[in-house]
Amino acid sequence: MPELIVSHSPHVRSDASIDTIFYAVTIALIPATVCGIYLFGIRALYVILVCISSAMLTEYVAMRLTGKIELSMDDILHLRLPPPTGVIITGLLLALCLPPKIPLWMVAIGAAFAVAFAKCAFGGLGHNIFNPALVGRAFLMASWPVAMITWTKPLAYDAITTATPLGLWKMQNIATPYMDLALGNVSGSIGETSAIALLIGGIYLIAKRYIDWRIPVSYIGTVAVLAFALGQDPLFHILAGGLFLGAFFMATDYVTTPITRNGRIIFGVGAGIIVVLIRVIGGYPEGVCFSILLMNAFTPLIDRHVRPRVYGVKRKSFFVSSANKGE
Amino acid sequence: MKLDELTKGVFKQNPIFYLMLGLCPVLAVSTRVDNALGMGLCVFFVLVGSNVIISLFKHWIPSQVRIPCFIVVIASFVTLVDLIMHGYAPELHERLGIYLPLIVVNCIILGRAEAFASRKSVFHSFLDGVGMSIGFTLGIVGIAICRETLSTGKIAIFDCTIVPTFTQSPSVMMTLPPGAFLTIAVIMAMIKYKDIRKEGR
Repeated sequence: MPELIVSHSPHVRSDASIDTIFYAVTIALIPATVCGIYLFGIRALYVILVCISSAMLTEYVAMRLTGKIELSMDDILHLRLPPPTGVIITGLLLALCLPPKIPLWMVAIGAAFAVAFAKCAFGGLGHNIFNPALVGRAFLMASWPVAMITWTKPLAYDAITTATPLGLWKMQNIATPYMDLALGNVSGSIGETSAIALLIGGIYLIAKRYIDWRIPVSYIGTVAVLAFALGQDPLFHILAGGLFLGAFFMATDYVTTPITRNGRIIFGVGAGIIVVLIRVIGGYPEGVCFSILLMNAFTPLIDRHVRPRVYGVKRKSFFVSSANKGE
Repeated sequence: MKLDELTKGVFKQNPIFYLMLGLCPVLAVSTRVDNALGMGLCVFFVLVGSNVIISLFKHWIPSQVRIPCFIVVIASFVTLVDLIMHGYAPELHERLGIYLPLIVVNCIILGRAEAFASRKSVFHSFLDGVGMSIGFTLGIVGIAICRETLSTGKIAIFDCTIVPTFTQSPSVMMTLPPGAFLTIAVIMAMIKYKDIRKEGR
């Protein structure tokens, strides 16, 4: 540690670094991961391992091609590698939003696509516009729709196919008991079924102040209010599907979400509106993935228009047109 | 020197990967290799024909109304192709559909008329047209090979299987527009990567 640190403002020191944040997010995801492996068997573990290794391999190959690190192909094959930053979380998050029975080669292609096209093609860590894990899921959804909507029953290791709670609600108007939704005893993606496990991880991250509470609260709150307004069961819409996974772990991604507090609330509300619209009016039973991706696209716009007031400057109107910004 | 006019369209100024012109038919028609070949042939005929005619008449076309004149020439050739194809290859005509008459507004053809044929001699314009359309055909067929292989798991040109089925679950996305954009992006990235390496050496 040097004695004197010379830097420009703001002179705020925090112990949080990229590595500690990623470490914390990985810890926060452990309850959901363990829950998914318990519910869907060893098959879920395979999906997670394939996903993470494919994502890491793609990251190293892409970094070598773009000249970000000096690595020979020999180093990659013998695993003499620099520590991964972020790519493990991308792989893990993608695996958690995949169905447990999906063929493993599809998982590998999806993870490679997510890292190569959504992350490395934009310039690597910190430069991506869209959440890589969700891009991977959207890619798999568009490429192999049948494999992506074949769900299996939990705790039935002989893999009986069934519909997700949201699918049952949409197609046959059957409501699933809240207790099953909270504990995760329903079919769905590996990591999305147990609301309690996800909540534990999310609260841990919020308590450690690694993520901002504004995004999950405004996101989930909007879903509840809008579902209630449209005559749906709000608690069901909160607990079912991937809302908790998306709200705590994907919509809070540092890179792809707004940096201001008000901007984050706008982000959460917008994503919540899109989820309810897709679920209630749209064709898909679930819309968390697309809602976050769509709001990611709006993030630069939100950041441009929602600026914190500079201390001592007169309050301006909310929408600052680019003409009179004086740039 | 003359050979240069021919080869530049294929490599150095490939209309799809370097000039990035005429991407609309590339995105739309490159789902199947035989459609792409048909589109390449049509563009070949129209581009060579319009280049030669415009180069012949370049001294009589007033520069104020040159664009309408070019369009009239190009549209005549496109109508010719449209009618000939309707008569002799109705099936391909059906599959290419609206993209056949839309060759009129294909950027490569107007671009070459404006930038090359209206200034250079007839023979040079002819060579330029041949080279550019060969480059276009190679590009669109290359993209179509990637897309058809990944989206159907096989390649069949005019009902004759070239590559047999190798997977039962091909990627649906490659038949959709994102598949075309991704394929073009990947090929273009590889070309740029090669060019940067060559420059650095």
